[in-house]
Amino acid sequence: MAEIADDGGGGHGHKGGKKRAKKGSTRVDMTPLVDLAFLLLTFFVLTSTFSDPQVMALTYPAKPDPNKPQPPEAEINNAITFLLSEDKIYYYENEFHAKAEKGKPATTLEETDFSHNGIRKLLIEKNSLILDKLAPLEKKKNQGKINEKEMLEEVKKVKEKFAKKSLKVLIKTDDKATCKNFIDLIDELKICNIGVIAPVDIMKSEQELIKAKAK
Amino acid sequence: MPKIKIPKSSPSIDMTPMVDLAFLLVTFFMLTAEQRQPELVAIDTPYSIEKKEIPENYVIVEIDKNGRKFVNISSPELKKQVIGEMMNRYKFSLTEKQMEQFNKLSSVGCDIKVLPQFLSADEKQRNEIIKGGIPTDSLNNQLREWIKFSHNHGVAVGKTLYDNDFKDNKKNLDPANYELKFILKADNKALYLYAKDVIETFRDLELTNLNFVTSLQGKEE
Repeated sequence: MAEIADDGGGGHGHKGGKKRAKKGSTRVDMTPLVDLAFLLLTFFVLTSTFSDPQVMALTYPAKPDPNKPQPPEAEINNAITFLLSEDKIYYYENEFHAKAEKGKPATTLEETDFSHNGIRKLLIEKNSLILDKLAPLEKKKNQGKINEKEMLEEVKKVKEKFAKKSLKVLIKTDDKATCKNFIDLIDELKICNIGVIAPVDIMKSEQELIKAKAK
Repeated sequence: MPKIKIPKSSPSIDMTPMVDLAFLLVTFFMLTAEQRQPELVAIDTPYSIEKKEIPENYVIVEIDKNGRKFVNISSPELKKQVIGEMMNRYKFSLTEKQMEQFNKLSSVGCDIKVLPQFLSADEKQRNEIIKGGIPTDSLNNQLREWIKFSHNHGVAVGKTLYDNDFKDNKKNLDPANYELKFILKADNKALYLYAKDVIETFRDLELTNLNFVTSLQGKEE
């Protein structure tokens, strides 16, 4: 596509029988060069923007100090415990009862999965108290009435107001759970705006329940 | 009547300025792109919707799918101080060349006793030397030492970084961005048990604000 030279480029005319040295065109076809340049350009543009990994913050409970008296265990209400094992995910609600006592039945595990109808549905249902309050805020933001910063502040206020009543989630993992499952679960919890997430140690009785369930 | 001649212009365009510009851009992106050091092991991180980007001043503990642990310290200044402390603690020293290699590598992960050997080795031999990564068992928890020393020096280094940027009159400085952050980078297939080892080590040192590296995933609707 480069310009064709029109000033005596080729060595075709033999005028007056004089022998002339063939003059080559001084212009070079630059198409491949441009192709290459843009290819490289595209490559660097794409790689420099997409390689940034993200981080997900998570606060773990501090280790209890053996020298200090243990705080009394708070009564768990409206909590859900997820148990991770291999690629499966189980859950039970509220407190754990190894045996039926005080009129409460023994805990049984329910199985769920990472699909939309699995864990997402469950969490939305359980956390409806908060999510119902947040829905109008989201709508306002989409309509452009408030900006992102204002929304985050409002979200924080709502969460604080209902801190006592809102859903708390405990995560327990057994020996076979993978990091992927763990992160996936945290991700789902964050999508559903769960305020309190606590990764805790698994109990032996729970491990046995998983074993029994997996059979 | 003489005909009006429309001067025929050549259909082709002079592409030189375009090529100039293209190459200028290529050069710019090539030079500004951060050269990432080749990683010791490949780690596939899980996806999440989280949009928070990796902070400037960090220590990453990498966990590969076999549960080997590696440490990656971002700031060269902190790296220098931590390795100094490690040399004191484990009674060994590095030659100048090994030191240079250490600064170049993004992550290190081997028993501290074989570190000098590891740094002198070429890439192929390195894979054999790293074997089990950094030991984390309770009798010989070297990871704990790495983290402890980085934590001890992290605040001072963060402050120096902040001061330097402040002197350069950079605007919108947020001191929080310069704090040392501890990040876990676990492979998709790694057992949570391995990560737990590391998390417990952090908790022992009263560091409970941790971060997980994830790749961005389009929000499903």
